[in-house]
Amino acid sequence: MLDYILRRVLLLVPVFLAVSVIIFLILHLIPGDPVDNLLRVGSNAEARARIEAKYGLDRPLVVQYGIWLANLVQGDLGSSIITRRPVSTMIAQVLPNSLMLGGFALLFSTIFGVIFGVIAATWRDRWPDQMLMGGVLLGSTLPSFWLGLLLILTFSVQLGWFPVSGARGWESLVLPVLTIGLGGMALVARVTRVAMVEAAGRDFVLLLHAKGLSPTHIRLRHVLRHAMIPVVTILALRIGWVLGGAVTVEYVFARPGLGLTLIKALAQHDYPVVQACLLMLAIAVMLGTLLGDILQALMDPRVRSALT
Amino acid sequence: MSLARSLSSVVRALRSPKGGISGAWLVLVVLGAIFAGVLTPFDYDVQDLPGAFVAPSATHWLGTDEFGRDLLTRILYGARTSLSVSSIAIGLSVFTGMVLGAAAGYLGGAFDRAVTIFVDLTWSFPEILVALILVAIIGPGITGTMAAIGVAYLAQFTRLTRAQIMAIRSETYIEAARSVGASGSFILFRHLLPNALAPVLVAAMLATGDAIILEATLGFFGLGAQPPTPSWGAMMSSGSALLFKAPWIIIFPGLAVAVTVIAVNLFGDALIHALDIKTRLREV
Repeated sequence: MLDYILRRVLLLVPVFLAVSVIIFLILHLIPGDPVDNLLRVGSNAEARARIEAKYGLDRPLVVQYGIWLANLVQGDLGSSIITRRPVSTMIAQVLPNSLMLGGFALLFSTIFGVIFGVIAATWRDRWPDQMLMGGVLLGSTLPSFWLGLLLILTFSVQLGWFPVSGARGWESLVLPVLTIGLGGMALVARVTRVAMVEAAGRDFVLLLHAKGLSPTHIRLRHVLRHAMIPVVTILALRIGWVLGGAVTVEYVFARPGLGLTLIKALAQHDYPVVQACLLMLAIAVMLGTLLGDILQALMDPRVRSALT
Repeated sequence: MSLARSLSSVVRALRSPKGGISGAWLVLVVLGAIFAGVLTPFDYDVQDLPGAFVAPSATHWLGTDEFGRDLLTRILYGARTSLSVSSIAIGLSVFTGMVLGAAAGYLGGAFDRAVTIFVDLTWSFPEILVALILVAIIGPGITGTMAAIGVAYLAQFTRLTRAQIMAIRSETYIEAARSVGASGSFILFRHLLPNALAPVLVAAMLATGDAIILEATLGFFGLGAQPPTPSWGAMMSSGSALLFKAPWIIIFPGLAVAVTVIAVNLFGDALIHALDIKTRLREV
C-alpha cells in the first residue's frame, strides 16, 4: 500500500512540472516585455535592473524557468505589482478561507448527495425518484454564480438571515457552501442512484435476501457500501470542480480567497499574483485527485489486493 | 452518417415531447438573436439615465438597467454574443479535437502518446481553471473567451474521438475494406470518421450547454465581451452590485442562461435517444 502511495506521489512530479512550465510561460506569452509586465507603470531604470537581475530576464528561457522554479520551491512567489506585498503572504492569508469553503462544500455534497441518491434508488421510477432527479438536472445546469446571486437575493436581501458577503463568522459560510454544494450534490446523487441500482442486481444481494435479512438492512449495510466505490471515484475526479466552483462563488460573495484574488489580479494585470493563484489551484486539484485515488484504494479490497 | 440520416434523427428527436419543447425554445432564442434589431424598438447601447431602474412594465417588459437600457433588448442582443461565442468555440474545439483524436487513434505510436499526455493533463483540471489560464495569456475579450472555451473542451473531444476510432478500427468491416485494398486515408475518412461522428456531435451538443455557462461566468468576471457589447454574463455582473435596487437585472439574464442550458441538455438527451447511441457513449 505504501508502495502504491509513493508511486502515485511520484507520478505527480511530471504533471506538476508541466503545469508549472505553462504557468511560468504566461508572463512570456502575453504581449509586451516581461519586465514591463512585472513593474508598475513608470518605474525607474533601477527597479527595472533589479527585476531583471532577480528573475535573470536577460538569460535564456530555460535558465529563467530554473530560477523561477527554485524561488518557488523556497516559497518565494515574487511580490504583487499593485500592493507590493510578497505574494506568498497574500496567498497564506486567503488560502484557509478557500480550503474551508471547498472542504465544507465537498462534505455537504457528499452527505446530502448520498442521502438523496439512496432515496431515489429505493423508490426508483416512482415520484420521490422522479422529483429528486428532476431537481438534480436543474441543480447541475444552473450557472453557479446565478444560483449564488439568487440565494443572496432570497436569504440575505429578502429574509436577512445571512450576510451578503465577506468571510466573517460561520453565517457567512452557509450560502457559499450551499451554492457550490448543490451542484456537487446533484452529481453525487446521480452516481449513488445508478451505483445502488446496479449493485442491487448482483448475486450477493440475492443471497442476502435468501438468507432472510431485512431489505432495509441489505440496502444500507451491503448495497450502499458497494455503491460507495464509484461515488468516491467520481468525487476524486471532480474534486477540481469543487475548487473551480469556489473561484466563481468567492467572486459572487466577495469572499476573500484564492478565486477572488485571482479574478482581481487578472483584471489588474498583476501577473505574479495570477501565476501564484493559478499554481495554488492547480496544486490543490492535483492533491485532491491524489487523495481521492488513495482513498479509493483503501476502500476497495479488490484494488488493495491487486496492489500488494 | 449520411446527411439524410442525421436529418431524420434530428426530426425524430424533435418528435419526442422533451425534444420538441427544448427544440422550440432553442429555435426561439436563435431567431430572437438574429432578428433582435427588428423585434425591439430600443437600442442596446443608448443610455437614458432618467429612465434607469424601471421595474418590468408594459413599455419595458423586463425593466431597464442602471443606464436606462431596455433589458429585453439587451438580452436579445446578448443572445447573439453568448450563443455565437460558445457555439463557435465548441465548433473549433470539436474540429481540432476530431483531427487530433482521429490522428492519435489511427496513427498510434509516439504521436498517440503525446496526445494522450496532453489530454490527461488538461482532463484533470476544471474547465474554468484552463479557461482562466488562457484568458491570462490572451487577455479579456471575445477572442480570449472563445480560445479559453475552445481549449477547455478540447481534451474531451480528442479523448472521445480517439476512443471511437480505436473501437471501430478493429471491426470486421474495416478489415474487409483493408483486405480489398482500400487506402488508409480512404478508410479513415470514409469509414472511421463518419461512424465516430454521432457520439462526438451529441457530446458537442451537451458541451455547448456547459460552454454557455462558462461564457456567462467569464462575462460575469468581467473577462468576456467588453462593454457596451451586451452578453448575458456581463449584464449580471453589473447587476450584482444593484441587487437591492433592481433585482430584475440579474434575474432575467440568468433565467435566459438557465433555460437555454436546460433546453440544450434536454435536446441532447432526445438526440441520444433518437440516435440510439447511449451505450456507445457510456463505453467511453
